[in-house]
Amino acid sequence: MTETQAPPQEALPVERKRFSFRADPRLLGLAGVLVVLCLVGQFTRPELFFTESNISTILRLAAAIGVVSVGMTFVIISGGIDLSVGSMVGLAGVWLTTLATQSYGPWVMVLCGLAVGLGCGLVNGVLVAYGKVVPFIATLAMYVSARGLAERISGRRTQVVADQDFLAFFRGDLLGIPVLIWLFALVFAVGWVVLNRTTFGRRTYAVGGNIEASRLAGINVKRHLALVYGVAGLCCGIAALMVVARTTAGASTNGMFYELDAIAAVVIGGTLLTGGRGSLIGTLIGVLIFTVLSNLFTLNNLDTDIQNIAKGVIIVLAVLLQFRARKARTSP
Amino acid sequence: MAEQPFLGRRGFLLGGAAVGAGALLAGCTSNTPANSESNAPVANAGTNAQPGKPVTIGFSAPAADHGWIAAITKNAKAQAQKFSEVKFNATEGTNDVNQQISQVETLINAKVDVLVILPFDGKALTSVGQQAMDAGIPVINLDRVFDTPLAYRTWIGGDNYRMGVNAGNYIAKQLKAKNVANPIIGEVAGIDSLPLTQERSKGFADALGRAGFKVGPRVSAQFTSESGEQQTANLLQGAPKLDALWNHDDDQGIGVNAAIDTAGRKEFLMVGGAGSKNMMNLIKADASPIKATVLYSPSMASTAIALARLLGQGKGIGDLAEHDIPAEITTYSAVVTKENVDQYLDVGFDS
Repeated sequence: MTETQAPPQEALPVERKRFSFRADPRLLGLAGVLVVLCLVGQFTRPELFFTESNISTILRLAAAIGVVSVGMTFVIISGGIDLSVGSMVGLAGVWLTTLATQSYGPWVMVLCGLAVGLGCGLVNGVLVAYGKVVPFIATLAMYVSARGLAERISGRRTQVVADQDFLAFFRGDLLGIPVLIWLFALVFAVGWVVLNRTTFGRRTYAVGGNIEASRLAGINVKRHLALVYGVAGLCCGIAALMVVARTTAGASTNGMFYELDAIAAVVIGGTLLTGGRGSLIGTLIGVLIFTVLSNLFTLNNLDTDIQNIAKGVIIVLAVLLQFRARKARTSP
Repeated sequence: MAEQPFLGRRGFLLGGAAVGAGALLAGCTSNTPANSESNAPVANAGTNAQPGKPVTIGFSAPAADHGWIAAITKNAKAQAQKFSEVKFNATEGTNDVNQQISQVETLINAKVDVLVILPFDGKALTSVGQQAMDAGIPVINLDRVFDTPLAYRTWIGGDNYRMGVNAGNYIAKQLKAKNVANPIIGEVAGIDSLPLTQERSKGFADALGRAGFKVGPRVSAQFTSESGEQQTANLLQGAPKLDALWNHDDDQGIGVNAAIDTAGRKEFLMVGGAGSKNMMNLIKADASPIKATVLYSPSMASTAIALARLLGQGKGIGDLAEHDIPAEITTYSAVVTKENVDQYLDVGFDS
């Protein structure tokens, strides 16, 4: 991008996001929910909850869905939706664990997973941006067909990873912290910088805020949208590596219902489904809330059906809280 | 038969690679179907092995979206191929009840001699089963049972309750032998809303109860390796010390084992469920907590086809004193351990 092409800052409906809760009081309420959940954990199982191994388990479980949610945040801020993330995780997972892929070693496995994710995401993006297919429909098609392809490739078998190098790296630790958590942190940090400190990020907000204005401001809207879906796909590829590492196998059932979990996390994180507004910090807290919740339930040996009810209540509460905060802000 | 889908799959994948991921992936796509035609049926006896009069067997089952169901269809096909006089007429697996009903109706219209049906939902397919019986086509109902015996000639299936009982008894016996007082026994169940999961859990709790033990931490997963890993990772956090763990399903067991491995836990003994080849190999290797698995074997599909053939030919079962095939056969949920695993490896399925 040359300077002449870049639109003037003030023409874009964008405010610079800062890494601070004061910038967005809605996040404070959300963080409050997370803190409350942690306190409940501490009171009910004081000897277990704040242990190193439990925190590490929570973060490892949050990693895959967290990475997917980072990509989802980009898509939703750009004014779209991606229903195919779970299927892409499944497809990338079985593709990187086929016998043929594994026989080329860990690097090919990793590249294959990333490439399949990125490729599927770009197909989504091209359909949405250039084919003018509504995101809901384009990604719905990918949702069905990627899962079908995954079932075809795997023959519906769970493909166990035999490559020990792959497992040793992704299941291992780096400086005492599991590699999966490092990866999660890395993806989150890169996503945050891209969204808040680069032209790409500003344009994502701009396109989601007002697509026509963005086009008039000189943004190549089509290419940008295609890339945004590519980012989401790439995130799914990374998540596929994580799921494969965690379960030591690729299965066509991997990533089941990720689309719902990711959308829920993004939405309770304060990102507007209409696009143009949102934050990755909110998404991160959203993901952690759900992961901590299920950890809490299992630590206390409670039924999963009650857990789902609690999830629903939290989604509604969080969105209601945000609505109030927004009203309070817009009407002084 | 075995080669064709493989070639088709490869071509399909290569096309996908070009679209999705470029030339790099071109070599990374084939999946040699490792012993896909494996599950040999259990031995048969007497003169029944001789070819008899020709029989056409119609077969309908749910979509193979799970290792166990995939093995059911595979086993049925493989068994049918063993008999030269059997014509096997299988429909595409479906999880849509309406579609399965029309598939069975098509088979009835095609006047097959015997029908083997694993209904997606036994209740919903009862009427079409009865329709077949009324048309004079004997129905072998596999696993998920129809609402009324009027809808089938013979039912063959597994024993979910006894699966739980046998897992519970095995665990109780091992713990008693080690003189463990007040053991902590965990359970990783399957989908809680399914009657089969409830029966398995009840059998498990009942058996442990008779030994004076009870089920401790319990989670329910989704029969997938990923859900198994997630639920077990949390379960292990909640139970810093475990004496035993029963996992209902060997498909999700891959994830359960991964979680145990990640947590670095070894202090307990684990029992699986269903009997996948993968778990049997781990039991044989004896290097992990998994010490046994209770069978719920898809070999029942092979048996169903063998019975369908005999039904079509009007024969009975070799060693029984009966002239006719029995109305109900329940397979036994044997406990596979290191000692007897070699004997059961032939019915282990690829999860």
